[in-house]
Amino acid sequence: MIVLEKRPEPSRGWSLATPVVAVVATMIFGGIVFGLLGTNPVAAIATIFWEPLFGEFAFYYRPQLLVKGAPLVLIAIGLSLGFRAGIWNIGAEGQYIVGALSGAAIGLAFYPAEGWYIFPLMVAGGALGGWAWAMIPGLLKVRFGTNEILVSLMLVYVAEQLLASMSLGLLKNPEGFGFPGSRNLQQYPSAHNAELIAGTGMHWGVATAMIAVILAYVLLNRHMLGYQIRLTGEAPRAARFAGVRPGRLILFCLGVSGALAGLAGLFEVSGPAGQVSIDFNVGYGFTAIIVAFLGRLHPVGILLAGLLMALTYIGGEIAQSSLGLPASAIQVFQGMLLFFLLALDVLTNYRIRLVQRERS
Amino acid sequence: MKLSTLLTGAAVALAMATGAMAQDKTKVGFVYVGPVGDGGWTYEHDQGRKAVEAEFGDAVETVYVENVAEGPDAERVMTQMALNGADLIFTTSFGFMDPTINVAAKFPDVKFEHATGYKRADNVSTYSARFYEGRAIQGHIAGKMTQSNIIGYIASYPIPEVIRGINSAFLHARKVNPDVEFKIIWAYTWFDPAKEADAAKALIEQGADVILQHTDSTAPQAAAAEAEGVITFGQASDMAEYAPLPRVSSIIDDWAPYYIARTRAVMDGTWVSTDTWDGIGPGMVAIGEISDAVPADVKAEALAMKAAIGSGAYHPFTGPINKQDGSAWLAEGEVADDGTLAGMNFYVEGLEGDIPG
Amino acid sequence: MDLTAINPVLLVASLMVAATPLLLAAIGELVVEKSGVLNLGVEGMMIVGAICGFAMAVESGSPMLGFAAAAAGGALLSLLFALLTQVALANQVASGLALTLFGLGLSALLGQGYVGVKPPPSPRLDLPGLSDLPVVGPILFGHDPILYLGVVLTACVWVMLKFTRAGLILRAVGESHDAAHALGYPVVRIRILAIMFGGACAGLGGAYISLIRVPQWTEGMTAGIGWIALALVVFASWKPWRALLGAYLFGGVTVMQLNLQAAGVAIPVEYLAMSPYLVTILVLVILSADRSGAPAALGRIFHASN
Repeated sequence: MIVLEKRPEPSRGWSLATPVVAVVATMIFGGIVFGLLGTNPVAAIATIFWEPLFGEFAFYYRPQLLVKGAPLVLIAIGLSLGFRAGIWNIGAEGQYIVGALSGAAIGLAFYPAEGWYIFPLMVAGGALGGWAWAMIPGLLKVRFGTNEILVSLMLVYVAEQLLASMSLGLLKNPEGFGFPGSRNLQQYPSAHNAELIAGTGMHWGVATAMIAVILAYVLLNRHMLGYQIRLTGEAPRAARFAGVRPGRLILFCLGVSGALAGLAGLFEVSGPAGQVSIDFNVGYGFTAIIVAFLGRLHPVGILLAGLLMALTYIGGEIAQSSLGLPASAIQVFQGMLLFFLLALDVLTNYRIRLVQRERS
Repeated sequence: MKLSTLLTGAAVALAMATGAMAQDKTKVGFVYVGPVGDGGWTYEHDQGRKAVEAEFGDAVETVYVENVAEGPDAERVMTQMALNGADLIFTTSFGFMDPTINVAAKFPDVKFEHATGYKRADNVSTYSARFYEGRAIQGHIAGKMTQSNIIGYIASYPIPEVIRGINSAFLHARKVNPDVEFKIIWAYTWFDPAKEADAAKALIEQGADVILQHTDSTAPQAAAAEAEGVITFGQASDMAEYAPLPRVSSIIDDWAPYYIARTRAVMDGTWVSTDTWDGIGPGMVAIGEISDAVPADVKAEALAMKAAIGSGAYHPFTGPINKQDGSAWLAEGEVADDGTLAGMNFYVEGLEGDIPG
Repeated sequence: MDLTAINPVLLVASLMVAATPLLLAAIGELVVEKSGVLNLGVEGMMIVGAICGFAMAVESGSPMLGFAAAAAGGALLSLLFALLTQVALANQVASGLALTLFGLGLSALLGQGYVGVKPPPSPRLDLPGLSDLPVVGPILFGHDPILYLGVVLTACVWVMLKFTRAGLILRAVGESHDAAHALGYPVVRIRILAIMFGGACAGLGGAYISLIRVPQWTEGMTAGIGWIALALVVFASWKPWRALLGAYLFGGVTVMQLNLQAAGVAIPVEYLAMSPYLVTILVLVILSADRSGAPAALGRIFHASN
């Protein structure tokens, strides 16, 4: 029979090869699904993976990869710290919303004044909003021992209602003829998170995501706190003997992930999205959890995973409009990709061996 | 800024080049907020798209992307359609308004049509349907047919579109039945079948025997079918599978005539930016067949009202009408102006409760 | 405002209906978590169950066959999760989320031909005499069979966990898979069975929505109920009867909210819509003194290394 044998060290070769194998496997199985739906599989796969990167209009899609990938990477980096320490914040979607709301509220409060200080204040407000929202499960866990998975998830739904209330009430555009949604921050220069270099997709959110990747890498590899995080995740009891204060670590991890999710929300609302509206959130907070695991909780891995997810989103949209594939086929395709990436990861840490075993 | 202009220029040049290559076929794009299988809002827009294909055959090519989130995703999908040579793009959700304007500015040679919004440009038209005309007919039938004098209304979000519908239905129900009372539930969703079903049940349990809905699923119809003696109206699509009872009629969004006309205008080169707000007359709002469960005289009255609204002889908001607080809104014989209607944020006299938000 | 318009008997009867899909999915997930596995893919399994059940009911004309197909569909999808997490040892949180994504897409593909179709009606319990009794009639004797199945299932799971050897083994696996393995129990096989039971229950819950509560098929129609079911399990601190109570509480708040609005009570709707979630958090804090129930090995990966 087949058994898995744990490798003493994760295999470097496999850790590089598995993503490639997974993508190829997805192409084969996804191609079969597309074929069953009556679409030319080769054209569909080429559209999803090739078009955005090297197609005729790649000059437009490449920057869009950054725009779509940056919030995913930013949120996933924050989450990965907690996940490594065994602290499960799955409510990043809520922190993203609250960060966007509080940051946008600050900007809108200044309207129509112009000033260099407005955008930095909004950034601070966004981070603070996300941080505060994450502190609720954090403090409840530290103080009462409540389960942070559940509390943070519940707070997503609370945040969604808050968002609806704000876009219909307090933050509604007074010149919007009663329609829901705030003023468009893209038309308010002091509050607009514009492209830093036009046409590149680089806005402050992308820059922040890059910085977050670097800082997380440094933190995890060069800093005492990073060591404590890793130790807590791998051996909680040993960590306690090593002097890790679990309460502070919980608050730190939840706080950082909340603040980064809040920042992602703020950069999105003040830049690409432009306004607070009822359906402002599009699930980045949940997708980021997948991105964090696809990247194996490693900062560089997360960066690549975020870009890969962005690629399938953008390529999927192109496939929809140019080949007439339904959105659900793209979702199935993405699901397959995730399954293969997750499943094949086993080869990195385990060796497959065939053994003869006698039944006792 | 300069680089951006340059890049935009390049994009436009490319788009024009592709456009020139595909000159023989007119390409029409549709951006949908929901899935085409929602059985309501997006479903009806997709019916309109299919009607365009049926009308022009090989002379047009239509493309669509469904489930597009409002915001940057919408902007990207529109840009992508424009880059790929679309000549005309319909964006079918209110939240696509600013993205449409942004993309339209980059592609001056592509025509855009935005549903339910209020921002226009030289290459951006807006269009919407006067659903409140259909609501007036619903209100009339509801007022005549209710036994309990309680009419339940499942509303989505407190926005002008929805408030206008409530007012219109209420005015015409009261007109034929002074004792009628509205119970309104704000579901805070456009589409959540389970919640809509629960809302319908709650209204029925509290005595409502007519259910009006401004949400898109057929769940309330099914809930009403289970209770005895309750009538409903189809919303967005005909929902004929629930006729003759509980569904006695419906308001249907019929986008096909408009989509065909605008596509033809692009093909003829006669397209200009317009603001269209059409109702029963031009056929953008259709009234689904009134079933035999409605007494013949009520049906005749309803059809007469439909004809009067369609010909322009009657406007559903004709004075005297007071606002909820008793202050005068429209004087005797005065007709509401489109501006007030478009931004309606108040109840008319007789409705109870406050608009949330 | 007219609170007398609210009929408490009908209110209770309809909250039971609103609670049933939640209860079914939660009971299944409870068993899964008791075995030490966290499957966040409940929403995906529910929606696949909803379309499998709907399609089968429409094709065969029998709602009961539909429910059977829903359970099978949910279990089949959950098998995918079992393969990922138990055989390939993938992370459970990520696998569960991926399962939801996949399930939503798959259900939409399967359901393309079923939009706007009316399913066959499900039979209701109708006991002459009993169903017509005032108060208890509509509450206890006027429902569809699946609603009772939910309650029966709750009882069965309670008995199984508390009094049977199978329950003991399941809990042992969930508490410490290494110890259970050392005692010779097939940890992986037990967990796969538990996961499939959870999938079947979630599928039933989904079909309850598409065949009874709504009844129709539309994409994404479960609209987040699977996530609430997940919350419910923790809310119930892994105890079956508390899951039942919690499901009725959740259903109750939703139905009550709508009833209050209909009665004209001026409530801030969006804040009231938050209330079930806030109440859950509050109850969690109150219950946090009680730390029994949480399976110690929840979410951990098991590998028999020696």
